Amino acid sequence: MTNPFADVPHEPGAPKPDPIVIADHVHRHFGGLTAVDVKHFEVQRNQITALIGPNGAGKSTFFNLLTGFDKPQTGEWQFNGHSLVGTSPAKIARAGKVRTFQLTKALNRMTVMENMRLGATAQNGENFFVALIPGLWKQREKEITAKAEALLKRFKLYEKKDDYAGELSGGQRKLLEMARALMSDPEMIMLDEPMAGVNPALTESLLEHVVELRDEGKTVLFVEHDMHMVRRIADWVVVMAEGSIIAEGPADTVMKNKAVQDAYLGAHHDTDLSEDAS
Amino acid sequence: MDILLNSLASVFAPATAAFALAAIGLNFHFGLTGLLNMGHAGFMLLGMYGYAISTQNGAPIYVAVLVAIAAAAAFGLLLGWPTLKLRGDYLAIATISAAELIRYLGRSNSLQALTGGSTGIRGNDFKFTFEELSPLPSENITILFWTNHGSLSSSWWLHIVAWVTVGLFALLFWLLARSPWGRVLKGIREDEDAVRSLGKNVYSYKMQALVLGGVIGALGGVLWALGNSVQPDSMGRPTTFWLWTLLLLGGAATVFGPILGSMVFWASLVAIKGLASAFIPTSVLSPVELEPFSLVLVGITLMCLVVFRPQGILGNKRELAFND
Repeated sequence: MTNPFADVPHEPGAPKPDPIVIADHVHRHFGGLTAVDVKHFEVQRNQITALIGPNGAGKSTFFNLLTGFDKPQTGEWQFNGHSLVGTSPAKIARAGKVRTFQLTKALNRMTVMENMRLGATAQNGENFFVALIPGLWKQREKEITAKAEALLKRFKLYEKKDDYAGELSGGQRKLLEMARALMSDPEMIMLDEPMAGVNPALTESLLEHVVELRDEGKTVLFVEHDMHMVRRIADWVVVMAEGSIIAEGPADTVMKNKAVQDAYLGAHHDTDLSEDAS
Repeated sequence: MDILLNSLASVFAPATAAFALAAIGLNFHFGLTGLLNMGHAGFMLLGMYGYAISTQNGAPIYVAVLVAIAAAAAFGLLLGWPTLKLRGDYLAIATISAAELIRYLGRSNSLQALTGGSTGIRGNDFKFTFEELSPLPSENITILFWTNHGSLSSSWWLHIVAWVTVGLFALLFWLLARSPWGRVLKGIREDEDAVRSLGKNVYSYKMQALVLGGVIGALGGVLWALGNSVQPDSMGRPTTFWLWTLLLLGGAATVFGPILGSMVFWASLVAIKGLASAFIPTSVLSPVELEPFSLVLVGITLMCLVVFRPQGILGNKRELAFND
């Protein structure tokens, strides 16, 4: 496979050969605090893109903006060529861009299987009047269940299918959330800190699952703190600091970038700040 | 013996059925969707007014029932429109005040001609269309130990209609709770944002649940009115809290929880009142103090329930309990 990033310059806002997401001039401030101010941003289709940055860089806010969970003051952004400005989170999900959450949102007092079924699309029984006549939705329910079982097996949760989601471990809930997001066959999946709170044993299988998603033709964008994960699986890394994108490139190039090191460690990390030095 | 028979009578009294039905409505709100409706009595009262006033104005019974349904549906839409986009607590605040608003409007002097003000609407003014439908003879009928009139007021006829209605709506709850529609509602109860991220229109589902539960509450109000009269002050905040009590007592999110809860609640209220009047001398507790005293005991029972069985009698602790 040729590297689609071969001709992409290593600079913030670099244009990609086949972008699935394009954002322009996205600006979000809370009172006087600018949380996100992104001039231009593109995500390459069918690749794993990591969004990294120090705490408070605006990664999660930007994530929320892209998925409709928050609204920016100004900006344009599109998915697959369709503008998503003012679109509700539900519609964005139905358009094929599904997200997970930093604080896992497993539906605790529902079984693992019910969690999975809820992720499915095209179940007419979710309409009130159709729901009254089981004959109209049982067939689709069978298809959904079969699909859910296959996904649960793949994510090694099949034995837990009748347990309540609240009884799973933190890492298993992350897996469930990812599996649930896949029920709708999204084109793009956005993971908000998929590794947070996951034990090392499970980290490995989570990483494999993310790579598998790309190999199946899906686009992955994830926010992460864990640099090992970023190095291991990200095809392209985008670094945010203080609301803006400050660097882009492959993991190794980005880590050596002066601006990135300054952002993580502080611009004056090697300067002596004591009085007699000046 | 009388105490026992009276308690048993209240197990299957029409009033018990009316509360069970209203609690089924509340179960759609809270048990399935997690909506904190603190003004369910308002829906009941609207149903009562809708039914009684349209009957007074010559409407046939089915039109009167439709008016009750329409009034509750409109009230639900109006309440939900601004509040369902906000966090759950706001719905609680809005519903409790909206229900009080209905009650105060109903008992206000300016609406006296329509609602009868604080005295309300006498039973005889609106019960006749229902009583005329009774196939039972118009006389007192004794079944086992209990005597009721065949067709009038808290009649055997009303007993039958009330419990058949409760049965039908319990069936509806059972059907919907296990459907994909009910699954979306349960998802919303657990986490709205997660359900949004899966592509469901959360606002629309919450609205559907609010309106459906409200309409069922209004029908519960109609059943109540058919056994009593339309009295705005009988549908105040205490009624809402009793509904919550008996729903949680029976077990929220279960099919039979509201029904069993209502039966246990009313039977124990009657039993406590009976026992207290039989064994506590009037010098200690005067007859007027009996009612508040038994309600105090009900309150204590509820507290014990929260402590010892948070999921209610029939509830599933893993699915829905107070303390999590």
